[in-house]
Amino acid sequence: MYDQFWFAVFPYVCLIIAIVGSAWRYANDRFSYSSLSSQFLESRQLFWGSVAWHYGLLGVLAVHFVGFLIPESILWWNTVPMRLYLMETTGFILALLTLMGLIMLIVRRMSKSRIRAVTSPMDMVLLTVLLVQVATGVWTAIFYRWGSSWYAAFAVPYLWSVLQFKPDVSLVNHLPTVVHIHILNAFLMVLLIPFTRLVHFLVVPIPYAWRPHQVVRWNRREDSPGPLEVEKT
Amino acid sequence: MDVRAQISMMFHLDKCIGCHTCSVACKNIWTDREGTEYMWWNNVETKPGTGYPTKWEDQEKYKGGWQPKGKTIKLKVADKASTFANIFHQPHLPTIDDYYEPWTYKYSDLFDAKAGDDQPTARPVSLITGKNIDINAGPNWDDDLSGSSVYAKNDPNLTEDEKQALFEIERLTMFYLPRICNHCLNPACVASCPSGALYKRGDDGIVLLDQNTCRAWRFCISGCPYKKTYYNWKTGKSEKCILCFPRLETGQAPACFHSCVGRIRYLGVLLYDADKIEATASAPENELVELQREMILDPHDPEVIAGAEKSGVHFSMVEAAQKSPVYKFVKKWKLALPLHPEFRTLPMLFYIPPLLPVLGRMEDGVYNVDSDEYFTSLDKARLPMRYMASLFTAGNEEQVRLVLEKLLTVRTYKRAEEVGDMDSDKLKAMFEKTGLTPELCEEIYRLTSLPTFEDRFVIPPMHREYVAELTMDDPYTFKAEIGFGGFKGRIERGT
Repeated sequence: MYDQFWFAVFPYVCLIIAIVGSAWRYANDRFSYSSLSSQFLESRQLFWGSVAWHYGLLGVLAVHFVGFLIPESILWWNTVPMRLYLMETTGFILALLTLMGLIMLIVRRMSKSRIRAVTSPMDMVLLTVLLVQVATGVWTAIFYRWGSSWYAAFAVPYLWSVLQFKPDVSLVNHLPTVVHIHILNAFLMVLLIPFTRLVHFLVVPIPYAWRPHQVVRWNRREDSPGPLEVEKT
Repeated sequence: MDVRAQISMMFHLDKCIGCHTCSVACKNIWTDREGTEYMWWNNVETKPGTGYPTKWEDQEKYKGGWQPKGKTIKLKVADKASTFANIFHQPHLPTIDDYYEPWTYKYSDLFDAKAGDDQPTARPVSLITGKNIDINAGPNWDDDLSGSSVYAKNDPNLTEDEKQALFEIERLTMFYLPRICNHCLNPACVASCPSGALYKRGDDGIVLLDQNTCRAWRFCISGCPYKKTYYNWKTGKSEKCILCFPRLETGQAPACFHSCVGRIRYLGVLLYDADKIEATASAPENELVELQREMILDPHDPEVIAGAEKSGVHFSMVEAAQKSPVYKFVKKWKLALPLHPEFRTLPMLFYIPPLLPVLGRMEDGVYNVDSDEYFTSLDKARLPMRYMASLFTAGNEEQVRLVLEKLLTVRTYKRAEEVGDMDSDKLKAMFEKTGLTPELCEEIYRLTSLPTFEDRFVIPPMHREYVAELTMDDPYTFKAEIGFGGFKGRIERGT
């Protein structure tokens, strides 16, 4: 019953709120979509924190994503002990980089008075949730040598079962508590997207890669994104 | 030929008295909110000096504008690949310490302090943190300090020798440089914005920043070589000069323009050929000024008028361009120059360089004020010609010299007319050299010294009424919206 709630109901609550909430916020409060960068107020510590955090996180997420798409190959890779160690070490280093960056960002946010002036309660909530997430990840990497195989063998099928609307709790309910926290906290993170500055990753400016440098908007032309059509003389 | 209209401002620097009224008028209207205290969309700098933010002209430090790359140009701050790589920490971003930490004073202490032996004082407190701070920089911190070795000596436009020479007491001089957004034809802020939040209005050339699309990736701040996009640390959005478009659209002059005490500002329409933007911005440095002038089209040319109609430029814009005071100064008389054209953004604000007192140091320490040499010679100008060229012509001394010679000719002509103590042969030689005629001199003199407000401000209405009538049944559709595209919703920092 307990497991049913946390692993079969809670994920859907988080996903639905995240999707509806983000869409609502985009439609009604688009001004608030921002990375809310504080580099202007403090640049040096941000460099060490933000760069380590973001690159570490992108690496960690990329590995998770590959495992999510092709779990069999992860299991196959891990059949040879050397390769398992390589996998675990890579994950561990990336996780450590992420953790280090995150801790620096937290210290910066708490210690710099200029940064405290632009810190909202939700920022602190988010940082706490992120810290729990990274810490449980690092914990798993250190104390459970089979973490990556567990992920591929149990967590990935579970995630797929959630996405296919037939959640299979039996896949994950026997895993250690710290892994449980990692999974549930991940859904909590998703839940927080529309309520925190996390929305900035939804608006990563990919189209810049192919957009022409100059942007012109017209008032009096039909292709204008402005108040439409105008005068025809 | 792709004819477009640009609203362009021109500054006559000889008339600027450095009173900062424009800056204050602008601030009171636009940047008196939390997060914008340090923003001076309009500021006035003392030259030689370091400007605002400190040493903004030094692109080795700030990486603003464009640089040549093969036959074309690239942004100095980042190409597209490094934009993505540096998005988590933008390596060239100025911080608030390059500007100043905004402050107020604890006025309540003046009333609440306990009785004591000393007068109570109102201590400065930071407007960001609320803590006590020591003020060590401000928006016009080097105002009038061109004799100072702390400020003027750090002017990026001066060479080492010039710095030495400039501080000889007889040569000490300064002039004022009012600056707003240049509303460039090839704006680096627009080009560097990953979100596409910045855009140029096709109809009037005003460069704006869509607050709903800005995501605080912060590249515009570095991209703009004039440092005229500012980051609002409170809302997490960038902001910039909007050329007072809500005022322009209702037929009012921009606040800086309207409040100008010296009446140094002129606002008019220029028609230009948008097809030439890329080629002009990529031209060799010493041709930049001339090629930019060539982009500006003659509004009386029937071909241009037809082209304007074809590309949707409203006829009232063409009419305004025909009467444009800026067109006369920039194109017809070739007196006004862009600021730092070597940044290659094709800035569309123009400056008439100051003639300054041209009296220089004489050999025996005595100034020559004979009537023959009434205005003496440009070679004795207190500021080296190279300095002016570094500001206004990308180092082309000939061009800036020609402008100053024309200004001298007008003065000499008027002096000859009013006082009659000028050598007529010399005046004739000046006419020949500069290509001016008595009629042209008279015209320049009139528009320089005696213009009415209507002579200086020639902007057509923006025809918002047509937009309103044609696009809706309900006249209140656009109520509480701002600008093209309409701004709706809360303007509050996200969480």
